[in-house]
Amino acid sequence: MQISTDLSRSAIRRSPRVLFVLSLGPACALGGVVWALLQPYRITLLHPYGQGFWWLLAEPPIYVVVVGLLFHWLVAPGVVEDFEDPEREGPP
Amino acid sequence: MIADSFLIPPSEHVHWWFATGFLVLALCFAARAAVGPEVWDRRPWRRYLFPGLLFGMGLLMFPVMVFFTNSAIHMVAHGSWAEAMMLAGGAQLGLAAGKLKNPLWNLTIPLGLFVGGVAILVHEQNGWLYSRAAFGHHLIGWIAVVGTIVPLVLVFRPRSIVVGLCFAALLVSISTVLYADRDTAPIFGHLSPEAGEPHR
Repeated sequence: MQISTDLSRSAIRRSPRVLFVLSLGPACALGGVVWALLQPYRITLLHPYGQGFWWLLAEPPIYVVVVGLLFHWLVAPGVVEDFEDPEREGPP
Repeated sequence: MIADSFLIPPSEHVHWWFATGFLVLALCFAARAAVGPEVWDRRPWRRYLFPGLLFGMGLLMFPVMVFFTNSAIHMVAHGSWAEAMMLAGGAQLGLAAGKLKNPLWNLTIPLGLFVGGVAILVHEQNGWLYSRAAFGHHLIGWIAVVGTIVPLVLVFRPRSIVVGLCFAALLVSISTVLYADRDTAPIFGHLSPEAGEPHR
């Protein structure tokens, strides 16, 4: 009976393509954060007084962060799963 | 008069929303290039993701054409983008659904990019350094016209990772210029006095 974990089996070796797909969302979100730090005046929520409805809705750096996070959470996992398991049939 | 009111957002905001659409397209194309079209197309919702978005962006360009244009040339330009994007998105939807079989339908993407680029260049009547918006329009126009070669090559080499990533980078560059757009702002310290009062 094996009690200890076989590290060689549990360690996941991911291909560069998978790492690339997994890095797309965080890289995009990081770009939005860096943009927000460089141009904080583009986020009107930081200085909301006197701003109209559209100016409070339009927050480009936040859009970039949200796009990156949504891609990372909703799209990338399925892409990686399908790439690593070519036999698997996707849901209809 | 509904322009500049609660009902109509500033035109720069519309540019930012379309920039977000191009950013989503770029991420999808980058991932698709990395894993290959077969893996990307394995799940039906993913197969329809970027064609649907492209078609939707074309559809949304029609209200932009109606509410944000102030001359015939502006209206024709925006209308041509709307039609070109809807054609490309519709063709991609047809290919994804299996209704269209001929891969040459993929030529609608470079066609749409080229038509869009020419329309942007033709309808921007001010010089490069008139304002940031004028600069952005010239830059996007030339990016689109010259960049047409990338999706054109992708039609004939659909599994090329390099070409696929180049196309994603092209979409990111369009998105970046759209995000940088402001209604009235200087570019490299230049702003025509006729452009109006600048703001950040």
